[in-house]
Amino acid sequence: MAKSIDVSDLDIYYGDFLAVEGVTIPIAARSVTAFIGPSGCGKSTFLRSLNRMHEVIRGARVDGKVLIDGQDLYADDMDPVNVRRLIGMVFQRPNPFPTMSIAENVLAGQRLNSKRMKKKEADDIVERSLRSAGLWNEVKDRLDRPGSGLSGGQQQRLCIARAIATQPEVLLMDEPCSALDPISTSIIEDLIHELKTDYTIVIVTHNMQQAARVSDTTAFFNLAGVGQPGRLIEHGDTSMMFSNPEDPATEAYIQGRFG
Amino acid sequence: MTSTLQTPRPESGASPIASSLRGRQLPRWVPPALTAAAVLLALVGVFGPVGAWLVLVGWCVAAVIPIWSLAVEGSRKAMDRLVTLLVSTAFAITLFPLGSILATVVSRGAPVLSSEFFTYSMRNIVGEGGGIYHALMGTLLITAAAAAISIPIGLFTAIYLIEYGDGTRLAGWIRFLVDVMTGIPSIVAGLFAYALFVIFFGPGVRMGVGGAVALSVLMIPVVVRSCEEMLKLVPNELREASYALGVPKWRTIVKVVLPTALAGIVTGVTLAIARVIGETAPLLVIAGLTDSVNFNLFDGRMATLPVFTYFSIIVPGVPPGPSIERAWGAALVLLIIVMLLNLAARLVSYFFSPKGER
Ligand SMILES: Nc1ncnc2c1ncn2[C@@H]1O[C@H](COP(=O)(O)OP(=O)(O)OP(=O)(O)O)[C@@H](O)[C@H]1O
Ligand SMILES: [Mg+2]
Repeated sequence: MAKSIDVSDLDIYYGDFLAVEGVTIPIAARSVTAFIGPSGCGKSTFLRSLNRMHEVIRGARVDGKVLIDGQDLYADDMDPVNVRRLIGMVFQRPNPFPTMSIAENVLAGQRLNSKRMKKKEADDIVERSLRSAGLWNEVKDRLDRPGSGLSGGQQQRLCIARAIATQPEVLLMDEPCSALDPISTSIIEDLIHELKTDYTIVIVTHNMQQAARVSDTTAFFNLAGVGQPGRLIEHGDTSMMFSNPEDPATEAYIQGRFG
Repeated sequence: MTSTLQTPRPESGASPIASSLRGRQLPRWVPPALTAAAVLLALVGVFGPVGAWLVLVGWCVAAVIPIWSLAVEGSRKAMDRLVTLLVSTAFAITLFPLGSILATVVSRGAPVLSSEFFTYSMRNIVGEGGGIYHALMGTLLITAAAAAISIPIGLFTAIYLIEYGDGTRLAGWIRFLVDVMTGIPSIVAGLFAYALFVIFFGPGVRMGVGGAVALSVLMIPVVVRSCEEMLKLVPNELREASYALGVPKWRTIVKVVLPTALAGIVTGVTLAIARVIGETAPLLVIAGLTDSVNFNLFDGRMATLPVFTYFSIIVPGVPPGPSIERAWGAALVLLIIVMLLNLAARLVSYFFSPKGER
């Protein structure tokens, strides 16, 4: 079920601006890969290029190959819509649909695609997804209330529930916990642990402990300088990356001695 | 830092920081009292027997507030009060014509309204009696037809501009042309519709649908502009959230973008309708006037409220009295329709806007 991803020599542009250069990294199936690195080094940009969300921005394009189970995502006959159904995403900022209730938000992936479901089935999906995202107890009595009425952290967990409700094979998470309290954070981390038996997970985080706790593999991105493209400095087993990284910059970043 | 906070200097007490936070103020009763006096003077000036110069006196009374404030409170607060005064003055000046129009139309039009006025046409009526049924129906039909033409065109144009063409040269041209279209004089729109229909039906053609086409020319740019603004307000994050769930672009537009912007779009469209429903010139040219009811947009002349009002005043017949009264009645009905549309727009934007953020 879960898929592995192979990125080779990927350059990512915004118009003429080269944001990320020459990334080559394998992402194993049924594992958690964490991206770390300073702000602006292109973690989100790279993550978005993994499910073809990058090209949604006008003028944005990529060069290089992203293979998912051997299939090139950027081949001419690939449909980005199908790619995104396969590879779900949680954004850096919570973005529930303001016109929909909490339950409808969770079912958005099905509803927006006009998939027919029995009520029972729909209710099951809502409950299962909300439970996994650690939101069920807080919202079970107000599932038909607007999703935008929740707190920021609750909204983020709603977005996580929405992303896993469609059961994608790969889940990309862009700083999913940056707006969450420690309790919800640990719920999400538990969720990540649980999901990794079935899914491939890629997570961007600024929290070293989190990267150390949840991930199997860690990739460190860095900027050579202002206006320069971001690069993948090194990647490897998380324990190895945290105990003895090859690159001095990685070590400096992980230990908080940066710049 | 902490040490200064923890050990207050005994000799200074609470005063230095406290007095630097406080400022001197006008006595509390002064601004409301002077404002009330000014408003009273102005009202007496407008409605009373004394004369309109009292309005000026009232304004001078209000102008005392900023001057006094400058002396007591200092320049920042005085400026605040001065700008408040200027803004309120501008507001009152704008309200005046509105109030005057409303008062005149209601006082002269209200006595005319009766069940006969709403249910009779002018067929075979000379002198007293008769009504605006034919013109009312004509206005409603022609405006509905104009809306049916303009809303799809306007909405789809706006969707193209925001969702598909943003940043492209074609979109730039369309925007420019829409702006040009906003400035088309209504009589020109009428002549355009006339010229268009003459091609198909020969000179002298009169048709309700021609009026609808003319009104559409005026309405489309308004609809495009307001829909565009509303679509722009939909945050990009929602579109991305939808794409990330594997939803195609068209479904994203139909099911995420449009519902989110719905309240604004409906409000804008309603206001656009209110804007064109009172147009006279284009209808004069292409829809003409008739005394009897005509429900067929595609066949012959059709009366409308503005044109009816116009002709009732210009060609009142003998004796002129009843006709002129009917003109005021028709004007009042038109005004009421526009007000109802505005009210509807308000209600729609209240009830349709995304919940939870209100
Ligand atoms: N929409 C955009 N248009 C143009 N440039 C962009 C856009 N989004 C990001 N960039 C640029 O791409 C580079 C990488 O940005 P990105 O958002 O990927 O950084 P990040 O590593 O996710 O940072 P953070 O940790 O702060 O989220 C930055 O230089 C940024 O200015
Ligand atoms: Mg980011």
